Formats: sequence, C-alpha cells, structure tokens
Amino acid sequence: MGYGMVPMLLASDKEVDFSIHHLLGYKFMGQTVYITTSHVCCFILMVAIMIFAVVVRKKIMHAKEIPTGLQNVVEFAIETLQGFVDSSMGKHGKKYINYIGTLFFFVILSNISGLFGLRPPTADYGTTFCLALITFIMIQYNNVKYNKFGAVTDLFQPLWFLFPINLIGEIATPVSMSLRLFGNVMAGTVMMALYYGLLPVIAKVGIPAALHVYFDLFSGAIQAYVFCMLTMVFVSQKIGD
Amino acid sequence: MSNITNEGLILACSTIGAGLAMIAGIGPGVGQGYAAGQGAAAVGRNPGAKGDIMSTMLLGQAVAETTGLYGLVVALLLMYGNPMLSRFLKL
Repeated sequence: MGYGMVPMLLASDKEVDFSIHHLLGYKFMGQTVYITTSHVCCFILMVAIMIFAVVVRKKIMHAKEIPTGLQNVVEFAIETLQGFVDSSMGKHGKKYINYIGTLFFFVILSNISGLFGLRPPTADYGTTFCLALITFIMIQYNNVKYNKFGAVTDLFQPLWFLFPINLIGEIATPVSMSLRLFGNVMAGTVMMALYYGLLPVIAKVGIPAALHVYFDLFSGAIQAYVFCMLTMVFVSQKIGD
Repeated sequence: MSNITNEGLILACSTIGAGLAMIAGIGPGVGQGYAAGQGAAAVGRNPGAKGDIMSTMLLGQAVAETTGLYGLVVALLLMYGNPMLSRFLKL
C-alpha cells in the first residue's frame, strides 16, 4: 500500500488489441489459410441461434391458446418482424420474411456480441461483404426476373453515354452496404479497445458501461435495422409494383 | 533531417494522412444533425406520424454516414494495414 498503489491505479494493464487473430493455419490450393477469431465467434453465435431455434420449436409444438413466457416473446418478435417487412415490401414481403428475419437476428447478435467478450464477426470485412453479396445477388435476380430485358436497357437510361456511371452505381450498392456495417462495428470495437487499453485502471469503473450501451447496443441495433431495411428497399425497388 | 530512414518517413506521413482522412467526419456530422433537426421539426408538425418519420430519418442518416466511414476505413488501413510500407519493403 502507500506509494506503490498510485502508479498501479494509473497504469494501463493491457495492450491495445482489436485485430483479428490467426488461430490455426492450413494449406489450401497452395495458399496458407487461417481459422481466425471471426470464424470461432461466428460459429459460437450460430450454435446459440440454433439452440434457441430448437428450444422455440419444442415450445411452439405445444403452443397454448393464451401464450405465456417464451411463446409470448417469440410471438411478439415475429409480429414485429412481419409488420416491419410488410410495411416496406408490401405484398412481396411473404417471400422474403424468412431471409430478412435470419439476417436481422444474425447481424444484431453479432453486433452486440462485444458485450459477451467475443470479437464481433461483423467487425471483419469478410463477413459483411458476404452478407452484402447475398443482397446484391437478390437484387440482380429480381431485376432480371421482373424487368426481363429492362435490366440491361435500364443501364442506358436516360442517355446512352451514362452507362459507365449506371454500372458503377449498381456495383457500389454492395460495397457501400458492407463498408457501412463494417465501419460502424469496427469503430465501436476500436473505441472500446482504446478505452480499455490506454486509460488507467481507475477510469474503467462504471464509465465503460455507458460506452458499451452506446457502441454495442444502440449502434449495433441501428445498423442491423439499417442493413435489413436497405436490403428490402433495394429489392422492392427492382420488383416495382 | 538527414538521419530519417525511409520507413520512418513513410510511417510518419501515413499517420498524418490517417489523421487528415478523419476530417471526412465533418460532413456526415453536419448531414446527420440536419436530418435529425428536420425529423424533430416534422414530429412537431405531425406527432401522429412519429414512427414513419423515425424510420425514414434513421435510414437517411445511415446513408449519409457512409462517406465518413470511407474516411475511417482509409485511416484504419493507413494505420494498421499500411499498403505503402509493404510495397516499399517488397521492392
């Protein structure tokens, strides 16, 4: 005690660490590929969602007329989801509700997984780019399905020499969507790592809770909502009426 | 000045560049604040449409945020995945 206590309270005890770590490397077609922390965290989240789904299924098999407990919560969540999808996709919403629901649960769980000490999988550009690529494929599939040749001729509207700009506009959609999600979650991860890594021990009492509420819960929920909303908006734009 | 190594110069300039890239944060800040202000005014005029206004505002803010996040990605790349340095060391 005495003098020895003061530097200990003011010193930071950890290095700043928010990067993706390689856990296991293996050779694949001449390249060394790594199993990273993103894979492990993603796998943990997937197992958690699957266990939840199995439990809910067990419960729904014996659904009661007047819902209680878990059934109540799940029914409320599904009704909210249906309202959310129907309000932005209209009568085409039925086909997409499964995908949008899965996407929303996965993205929001991975955004708030920083609270449970995991490194959020969405703070890895690989994850968010794959999610945005699925959206891109859905957009273009619906474009060709509903507009037929209009999918190609629309690129030359309103004037033919605007073709390169229209093409860039199509390709920019997945890039901007993935970078938006990645940038937001990464910014939160970096801020929390800097706070925990650089500040003295005495500053880590109580204050990080408020930061976690903002960076993990609020920002994560908003970004999950925005990602699903943009997916629906772009897809229903291509479907038309 | 003559005892600065090439790597040192690249690292120093990259760090300054990362700081300059974050100036991009001004634009989204102004844009998001303007959207929020207009949203508040809209709720004041028509409190019944609060849900719709809220979702439209959040969507617009998220889209406005993109340019700032490009700046953030550039800054992170300059700080942690320095492309200049790896190109220099390979040559």
